[in-house]
Amino acid sequence: MTPRRKRLLAVLAILAGVGIATALAMLAFRENLLYFYNPTQVLAGDAPGGRTFRIGGMVTQGSVQRTPGSLEVRFVVTDYRNSVPVRYEGLLPDLFREGQGVVAHGRIDASGEFVADEVLAKHDENYMPPEVAESLHAPTPMQVPE
Amino acid sequence: MIPELGHFALIVAFLLSVAQAVFGLGGAARRDGAWLAAAGSAVVGQFVFVALSFGALTWAFVERDFSVLYVATNSHSELPLFYRVAAVWGAHEGSLLLWSLCLAGWTLGVVAASRSLDAPFRGRVIGILGIISIGFQLFMLATSNPFTRLVPAAPEGLDLNPLLQDFALAVHPPILYLGYVGFAVAFAFACATLIEGRLDAAWARWTRPWTLAAWMFLTIGIALGSWWAYYELGWGGWWFWDPVENASFMPWLAGTALIHSLAVTEKRGLFKSWTLLLAVAAFSLSLLGTFLVRSGILISVHAFATDPARGAFILAFLGIVIGGALVLYAWRAPRLASSASFEPTSRESFLLLNNALLVAALSLILLGTLYPLFMDALELGKVTVGAPWFNLMFLVPMLPLLLLLGIGMHAAWKRGHLLTVRSRLWIAAGCAIAGALLIGALAYADLRPITTLGFALALWVMLSSLLMPLARLRARQPLPAAVVGMVVAHFGVGLATFGITGVQSFKVEKDFALAVGEAASIGGYDFRFSALRDVRGANFTGVEADILVSRDGEKVTMLQPQKRLYNSGGNPMTEAGIEVGPTRDLFAALGDNLGEGRWSVRLQYKPLIRYIWLGAILVAFGGLLAALDRRYRLPARARDAQTSAATAS
Repeated sequence: MTPRRKRLLAVLAILAGVGIATALAMLAFRENLLYFYNPTQVLAGDAPGGRTFRIGGMVTQGSVQRTPGSLEVRFVVTDYRNSVPVRYEGLLPDLFREGQGVVAHGRIDASGEFVADEVLAKHDENYMPPEVAESLHAPTPMQVPE
Repeated sequence: MIPELGHFALIVAFLLSVAQAVFGLGGAARRDGAWLAAAGSAVVGQFVFVALSFGALTWAFVERDFSVLYVATNSHSELPLFYRVAAVWGAHEGSLLLWSLCLAGWTLGVVAASRSLDAPFRGRVIGILGIISIGFQLFMLATSNPFTRLVPAAPEGLDLNPLLQDFALAVHPPILYLGYVGFAVAFAFACATLIEGRLDAAWARWTRPWTLAAWMFLTIGIALGSWWAYYELGWGGWWFWDPVENASFMPWLAGTALIHSLAVTEKRGLFKSWTLLLAVAAFSLSLLGTFLVRSGILISVHAFATDPARGAFILAFLGIVIGGALVLYAWRAPRLASSASFEPTSRESFLLLNNALLVAALSLILLGTLYPLFMDALELGKVTVGAPWFNLMFLVPMLPLLLLLGIGMHAAWKRGHLLTVRSRLWIAAGCAIAGALLIGALAYADLRPITTLGFALALWVMLSSLLMPLARLRARQPLPAAVVGMVVAHFGVGLATFGITGVQSFKVEKDFALAVGEAASIGGYDFRFSALRDVRGANFTGVEADILVSRDGEKVTMLQPQKRLYNSGGNPMTEAGIEVGPTRDLFAALGDNLGEGRWSVRLQYKPLIRYIWLGAILVAFGGLLAALDRRYRLPARARDAQTSAATAS
């Protein structure tokens, strides 16, 4: 084999490898994209049924209800226009609180309740998740001492 | 007064950075010795004034000066001294000052160690580092001044984020930044080379120890971050593919590719322009990481700063530095063509594959990290890329990388045969497969293909790494520090793979609702919630649980997770109880009071997880050994003699 042909083969092999890798990556990519919706979009039917997605908003004051003695907890996520009830079983993050921003990961069940398998609250107490802040059309609160 | 002096020192440092850039680059262009000498002095001055500025901010924290906005937002009068000092880099403004201090320190190091370099080349390196300093200091002075006063002064500080009141996170940013910023040296060397349009073995030899040192710090920094997330965030995970983690991992991958590519450039004079491109890429990704974390564009559990004006500044700076370097590259790199041949099974080929696979992994992570930002910017919806995708995609380049690592280490430069070690490699491969099957069958009664493959590759890499020094000793060849470093680092890669395989395959994580006296069991261990009491610390109060862990009726350990409430207010904090062991970690975190006397408790069984961080430490230690190799410290003449001897052999 001449050096020239060798080089050509090497380049072709690399291109084929990159091509296959890209195709596989994009295929898996579509499956693993998690979309974010606010309660208004969820109620309007924008969110995919049967697929997991993320929902975000503020935890409605007074909405957190526990089934005493069990891990089950229910709360309502609102964007101040519409609300979606959420059910979760497990440990809530430290920063989870009524009146604070929250993002939950899960899917909508038949009754319209969002069944979360993961609940995230942001690790900064005065901080609102950017999607939440944006979907509320409210500016992110500044961190200035009173 | 002291904060004003700090502010003033920062301004002086900025002016000295300008002088450093002008005298360095200008002096090199004019071949003016006086200018070049002035550039060196400017570096010393810049370092002194940045250090003074940093000292002033530290003083404000130590003295609890709540008339400084940054101190008032990030400290509290009850905060212990250690964390008052660590709070200096606890948020945006201070971490930039730390960045600047690291850069000034590296630049000073370069000036001190580069006297034997060609003076104009040295001037260009100093000048380019000066440009980077200018960018960061201007950024601070214009948008993120840590010395801004608060009028009237706050009576009390808002407190450092309790998550950051932790040893690992206190030392994590400085070490990570030393790594990030350290790649600036390789970047400056690459740009100076591109300006001059010539690259020789001496260049690669000069760049290698600096790159290795930066890479070592970055390795430790990433490992510390992972360790911290594991025990402090209370989730027990060790890697989340969070954009902030990716932001530090991408420059690490580029840096790893760079140190391997540099080896080829030094030994064989090949891959020249590719090496330069990697040097540019490693630092560009460091800057990109800083931008991602500091501009607040990320949806992330770690991003503390949120201000679009800052984002615009960093983006512009990023554009100038990266764009400038790439234009320079496109213009000059074609001059650096290298011509030498090598066989398909030579060391060069394996290192080429190493680079291709590392860059593939890097590209995939870059895609997954930036894609949501593009989608958002184009208003196509808000998305995140799930961790399962990263896990799967990262495996694709990593499996062949580990397989080839074990062979490539033994390949000779240029020549295409592996005869000397072939039989021993087959034995190592056989032992690795047998060992993986034995571990899977005996320890875990589980022989899933991916788990067995993981263990086999881990053992293969470790065994193959050990063969290397044994073969050398047997052949009575010398064993220089660079080779020992390589062996230790590769062994560490195998060890980390071993830990990752174990924990990803056999971990158990489960939440329970337990009352005092009740028990739950996971992973063959029984966890009994035996007591609950109030606790009081220096600046917090809380509750502590006693969780008695036993196996087959015999006590193993007592875990004592806490739920803390800091006196400065805010949300409760979880302190996990962890029992460390060579074969597994046992982990308990206390959640909320659920009523009826029950508490939510998260229990975890994490087999072999320690080997991930132990492996990372070995990788970093290997980097350190290699950076300290005698070869890099020999006087120029002896080195040249040695190189020509090495090339001849």
